[in-house]
Amino acid sequence: MRHLISPLDFTTEELDKLFDLASAIEQDPQKYAHVCDGKILATCFYEPSTRTRLSFESAMIRLGGQVIGFSDANSSSAAKGESVSDTIRVISCYADICAMRHPKEGAATVAVAKSRIPVINGGDGGHQHPTQTLTDLLTIRSLKGRLGNFTIGLCGDLKFGRTVHSLIHALVRYPGIRFLFISPEELRIPDYIIEMLKEKKIPFREVIRLEDVLPDLDLLYMTRVQKERFFNEEDYVRLKDFYILTAEKLKLAREDMLILHPLPRVNEIDVEVDDDPRAAYFKQVQYGVYVRMALIMTLLELA
Amino acid sequence: MLNVGKIEEGFVLDHIKAGKSLDLYDHLQLDKLDCTVAIIKNARSNKMGKKDILKVECDIDMLDLDILAFLDHNITVNVIKNGEIVEKKDLILPREIKNVIKCRNPRCITSIEQGLPHIFFLSDEQKEIYRCKYCEEKYNA
Repeated sequence: MRHLISPLDFTTEELDKLFDLASAIEQDPQKYAHVCDGKILATCFYEPSTRTRLSFESAMIRLGGQVIGFSDANSSSAAKGESVSDTIRVISCYADICAMRHPKEGAATVAVAKSRIPVINGGDGGHQHPTQTLTDLLTIRSLKGRLGNFTIGLCGDLKFGRTVHSLIHALVRYPGIRFLFISPEELRIPDYIIEMLKEKKIPFREVIRLEDVLPDLDLLYMTRVQKERFFNEEDYVRLKDFYILTAEKLKLAREDMLILHPLPRVNEIDVEVDDDPRAAYFKQVQYGVYVRMALIMTLLELA
Repeated sequence: MLNVGKIEEGFVLDHIKAGKSLDLYDHLQLDKLDCTVAIIKNARSNKMGKKDILKVECDIDMLDLDILAFLDHNITVNVIKNGEIVEKKDLILPREIKNVIKCRNPRCITSIEQGLPHIFFLSDEQKEIYRCKYCEEKYNA
């Protein structure tokens, strides 16, 4: 039985197969409308996340399966003090597969140890968010036609942004990637990632101003400065508006550059950018459903 | 000068930082062994000024000493058989450490999940970096 805890749980060859399946689903969704008939997905969300939870639920329903779950720790047995280990043992009796989000890092690893059904990590604190990474990779592969040989700029909260960390770890397995890290000093990319890139001899540069590197980018990955990652309200308020991508700034970018964002956005991408053909963040949401459909099928061994 | 007799078979753990022998006694779970243990505290040492020594009389296969490599590299492990030192054991960093150190990351699941063992894995042998099995946070001594 397989689970998905980290995006690196799958080899690049396995990811290729997964993305091929996701693309096949995109081409002909009707063909897959009943592959999960009679199967149940449990969405165990200990913290609010409308987007990820609904994406999982939409994916399962589009495959013909059904969904049970909770979307808030207060409405679950966790409020009564039940451990993750006990919860997953119980859920294993109710469902065929489980997607779990938890505010504590490593919660999904704990669940896997006691689970009798495949577990998908739907985000564990600031640690991993593998299905977002799979979404990002599928979006890039589908819209750029390749995974590899491009320059990607990652902008915003690079310190706490788990989507960014996961994406970097996933991308270093492909050839010809160059990273440009755009962040204020306080939200720099962690040292362990810098060390990893140096060890692997992968080119990167850290800058503060987005405008300085926009013309060089094939992809721009914007992130939100997340209030829940800060212990200190003052720091959050000071840094939240550091980067705002506007149509004016976009004039500096290449015609074929893609703009990605894990969403939700607050104000870091101006709404006037939404109609720009380079804005790919809503298409990214659609790819998120396809990749979760492919993942559910793969983990349930229905692919 | 205090004299502690020879042991026939077992280990002499020498050059333990003064005052730390009881910590090692706990980590090696010597309390669970039915054998003779001598704890010598603040012994005179030319090299260290003061040191602790642990003498454990037991079957030499009974103890897993790898944890010592994590706790203190400078400890000398003498393996004793028939009353003589037969080997100076090289300590190897353990691949995994269970319930010896605790994850200090307040966002880690170990901070709330009851009964969960604190497990660290060796993520970089050269740099001697251990990471929490759950949150992967680096352990800083």
